[in-house]
Amino acid sequence: MRKQRQFALGILVVIFSVSLMARVFAPAPYARQFRQSPNAPPSRQFLLGTDELGRDRLSRILVGSQVSLLLAPAAALLSTLLAALVGGVAGTLGGWWERLAMGAADLFLSLPWLFLLLTVRAMLPLNVSPLLSVVITFALLGSLGWAAAARVVCAGARGLRTSDFILQARACGCRSLRLLTKHVLPSLKPALYAQFWISIPVFILAEANLGVLGLGVAEPLPSWGNLLRELENYRSLLADPWLLAPLVLMVLVVSCFQIIIPLEDFPS
Amino acid sequence: MWIQRIARNLLVILITVLLGGLLGATLVRVAPGFGVDEQLLDARLSQDSIQALQHSRDAERNILLFYARYLAGVFHGNLGVSHTLGRPVAQLLAERLPVTFYSVSIGLLGGWLLGLALALPAAMYRFKAYDLSSTLLSGLFLCLPSAVLGIVFLFVGGPAPLAIALVVFPKVFRYARNLLLQTYGLPHVVTAQAKGLSGARVLLWHVLPPAAPQILALAGVSLSMAFGAAIPIEVIYSSPGIGQLAWLAALGRDLPLLVNLTVLVTVLTLMANTASDLANAACTSQPQ
Repeated sequence: MRKQRQFALGILVVIFSVSLMARVFAPAPYARQFRQSPNAPPSRQFLLGTDELGRDRLSRILVGSQVSLLLAPAAALLSTLLAALVGGVAGTLGGWWERLAMGAADLFLSLPWLFLLLTVRAMLPLNVSPLLSVVITFALLGSLGWAAAARVVCAGARGLRTSDFILQARACGCRSLRLLTKHVLPSLKPALYAQFWISIPVFILAEANLGVLGLGVAEPLPSWGNLLRELENYRSLLADPWLLAPLVLMVLVVSCFQIIIPLEDFPS
Repeated sequence: MWIQRIARNLLVILITVLLGGLLGATLVRVAPGFGVDEQLLDARLSQDSIQALQHSRDAERNILLFYARYLAGVFHGNLGVSHTLGRPVAQLLAERLPVTFYSVSIGLLGGWLLGLALALPAAMYRFKAYDLSSTLLSGLFLCLPSAVLGIVFLFVGGPAPLAIALVVFPKVFRYARNLLLQTYGLPHVVTAQAKGLSGARVLLWHVLPPAAPQILALAGVSLSMAFGAAIPIEVIYSSPGIGQLAWLAALGRDLPLLVNLTVLVTVLTLMANTASDLANAACTSQPQ
């Protein structure tokens, strides 16, 4: 299993590195339209063909991977920080704070994730610039995905509340903020790391769903979500199997995350 | 004790639903561009008509007022009118709920049957090749966004409920497989096997009873998964259910429809969670 994890991690490192340098590897700018060759099949000039607007598909996949692979971890970081803040404060202070915070987490968890995401995304302007749409999409993912992680962090902080070193720190006059930042959260680092890793593939898939529904990253900026919209022309899938390229890449990345994260930790 | 428990759960549902609805209304109200109607840009409208249009949305500008009026309407069976579709929300929900209920129920049933059917042999016989292939299969489906599963299923001519089943099945399989493997490792199960009890007897008498409460806990959560999957799948299939309605409401920023859908889905999910909690409590209170 250890070898498999190392192998999966290696694949992820390669894909992340290539996507970081997407603009170097991309044969053409992602938005450039070769009007004389729309829907072109793979050729020497266009290795994965072009889309219906004549844009080089390989360049769009490379830049789309950069967008999805940089921003999904950013969203995961945001949600983990929110979970650490809400769960940590609730677990450390206890009492009404804990009931209030966990009540809010329950409220978030009782709403189906995609329903909530769709509703909140619709509240924000739909016709925004591509860059702003990226920020909105991933900020939403990060700010709505904290609830489950907050419960885990709260349970951990609650367990620490009566531990000897926390009692000693309290007896020495340590304030709640210091207690949280210097003693409780550092002790919960493993749980926070696990939540961070678990969130990344979840956010990649959520962005893909939003993108296919037309509520994700705005054109012409590519992301895995809006690249998958090409699959809606499913009748041409057999004739043009290269349309599946972004899906294959996404499945590869998410499955590598599954292999790295132990099965029992993967969200059920 | 049971009545107290049920009453407490109902109270929690009521408070959560009220807060969920208020949260939905607040989000809609504070959203940029709220209250702007493209009809106001129509040059043919007179000043009076424009003012009448502007006043028609005055009641929605104050969140609490909007929400109080909405709740008062709900008690009289009036859920408001959809701005985008121009029809009473209650009528839309009555038309579309059965479609979603059908696809979600069949999807849940199929997902659970498939998940358990694959998990049981994996835990009972522990064949490496079978375990690996079933884990890989579930892993593949876990990596696919539900929208893509919907597209693939439409491509091969499969029905929408089956696509929902394939979203639910990998999660059920993984959870059930891990749980059953743990349960099969418990000392009393090992002893029962060592005494020569048949596989079916070990499963029915010694494995399923301790595992049932945790499996039931997933049953409540799986409804939420199925509803979440129903949105993209109904959109892809153009199936007239509440998933597609939510998408249309989101694109049209339709306030009454969105608040009602938020409340409705919250009620359904909470009821499922409460039912699985009560079933769980009933299981754990039984003497083993």
